Amino acid sequence: MNLLRTFDTGFRGLLGHRLRSVLTTLGILFGVAAVICTVGIGQASTDSVQARIAALGTNLLTVTPGSTVSAGVNGGSGSATSLSMQDVSGLSDSYDAPDIEAVAPVVSGRGSLVSTASNWSTTVQGSTPAWLVTNARSMGSGSFFSDHDVQHHAQVMVLGATTALELGAGVGDIVTVNGIPFTVDGILASSGGQGFTNGDDLAVVPITTAQDDITGGSANSVQRILLSATSTDTIGSAYQEADALLLATHHIDTPADADFTITAQSSLQSTAESVTTTLTILLASVAAISLLVGGIGVMNSMLVSVTGRTREIGLRKALGATPGDLMRQFLIEAATLSFVGGVLGVGAALLAAWLIPRFTGISVTLTPAPIIIAVTVAAGVGLIFGVYPAARAARLAPIDALRAE
Amino acid sequence: MTAEIITLRKVSKVYGSGESAVRALDSVSLSVRERDFVAVMGPSGSGKSTLMHILGCLDVPSSGDYFFAGEDVAQMGETELARIRNRRIGFVFQQFHLLPSMSAWRNVELPLLYRSTTGRRERALRALDEVGLANRVDHRPNQLSGGQQQRVAIARALVTEPTLILADEPTGNLDSQSSKDVLALLRSLNEAGHTVVLITHDAGVASVAGRVVEMSDGTLRERAAA
Repeated sequence: MNLLRTFDTGFRGLLGHRLRSVLTTLGILFGVAAVICTVGIGQASTDSVQARIAALGTNLLTVTPGSTVSAGVNGGSGSATSLSMQDVSGLSDSYDAPDIEAVAPVVSGRGSLVSTASNWSTTVQGSTPAWLVTNARSMGSGSFFSDHDVQHHAQVMVLGATTALELGAGVGDIVTVNGIPFTVDGILASSGGQGFTNGDDLAVVPITTAQDDITGGSANSVQRILLSATSTDTIGSAYQEADALLLATHHIDTPADADFTITAQSSLQSTAESVTTTLTILLASVAAISLLVGGIGVMNSMLVSVTGRTREIGLRKALGATPGDLMRQFLIEAATLSFVGGVLGVGAALLAAWLIPRFTGISVTLTPAPIIIAVTVAAGVGLIFGVYPAARAARLAPIDALRAE
Repeated sequence: MTAEIITLRKVSKVYGSGESAVRALDSVSLSVRERDFVAVMGPSGSGKSTLMHILGCLDVPSSGDYFFAGEDVAQMGETELARIRNRRIGFVFQQFHLLPSMSAWRNVELPLLYRSTTGRRERALRALDEVGLANRVDHRPNQLSGGQQQRVAIARALVTEPTLILADEPTGNLDSQSSKDVLALLRSLNEAGHTVVLITHDAGVASVAGRVVEMSDGTLRERAAA
């Protein structure tokens, strides 16, 4: 039988069993689409978790004071006022602490902010220009205040995106804090991070001005010191340097007695890595399971479709079809169903990837690998289980195949 | 003197081996000549189905010689047997064995797909005309009566212009009127020059044949013409 006629016979076989062909195609379609969509959703979740972790900053250290113990009551971490501006300048020394890139002291309090349009109550932090680096932030518009502003107790401020929005304030506007006017120098870009505090709802002013007008307290004491290492790789040594330096300046011999705590955000990094690993494993198992389920669906519909045609195979043999003729016919049928099912499956997955985010807010990230793997596996399973039972039937004596139920 | 189409010489067929071996055919010899109409008669279990499989090149003998139109069939491989079945033999089965998804003429066309032939539709339509179904060519098998289905099957057997028409209980699933029609059709095909071998357990059916041979317990016996 020539090739053209084999194709003709194959397609006629498919058209002759329309329902069966449609069901088989559907089996492959859903197998492929399910794999692509589940992997796509998993991929999107992984990306989003990783992006959120990265947004929190992974080369940052925070120094907080130790706890006060008064009358046996432990005030908790940060209640002591053991950190000073001397610590800040010590840590800023690039000879003693070469792996520390930036140091920012922070004091903070609540402030009631009033603009010409609105009013808003929020956290007001006093710091230095290093604040931007040590918080891994960037400016949305305008600029951060300068060291000159810090030295001269300038009444300038930088607003978080949410705060600026609530106040209806822009760069150059005047906003009063507890009645004292400040000029808005800049507005921070949205942090994107979803930490326990909203990084977009705050105001930052020069630390000197804050101590004068907002937080009060000694001009020498700071509540927190933010450090950033020169890179993610040097965070370990930056930690060591800061620890040694502060122990020395605070005259503490045993590290257990330290009156400060250094929190490394790199613990965040290792968390991030383990989260990523877990998500990758999760993703791979979801993909493997959906591939397995899809593959079994394809296998079933193919097996049923071909096994149900044993008599037809017997008849065709009796009428003079050679095993080769039959193999080619079923190969073409299986290949066509697998191909059509695979292509429609990819189409359905693309459609779903477009629809799902619109109706559920779940995002779907499509990458080529799962599409290729899903189509290859579904088509491969379709081919194997479309041809293998046909090959078995083609080897039967025609008379046995004819008698099959 | 007409040519000998079928020559069986001491053909045996044994199924299984050892203790459980069943000798379905025991040293059967038979010759069928061109334009013969032979009925093979016998009760079920007599070996007539086995004989039909061997005559139809659907199976090969365990021992003995089988020449079909001069070709040594007993020695043939699967592909060669497929070619003989396709070119030389037209089958008519008790169960009709029409493909339900195809129209009458597509069913008739089937054997022509396995050889290089042009004008397949014309040949299929001509064969359907010969069996009196020219007005049913586009009907599906389930739109036809049993008798009509069997006539489609006969047209499928005819379409290849075979050397031999082999009918296995062709009336087994038909009512008496349809049976008469089908037998009359086989009879007229024989008169038109076709060689027909008819396999049946029914003496009434066998009586349409010019020659009757009887199978019993794997052996074959010629019955004197009535």
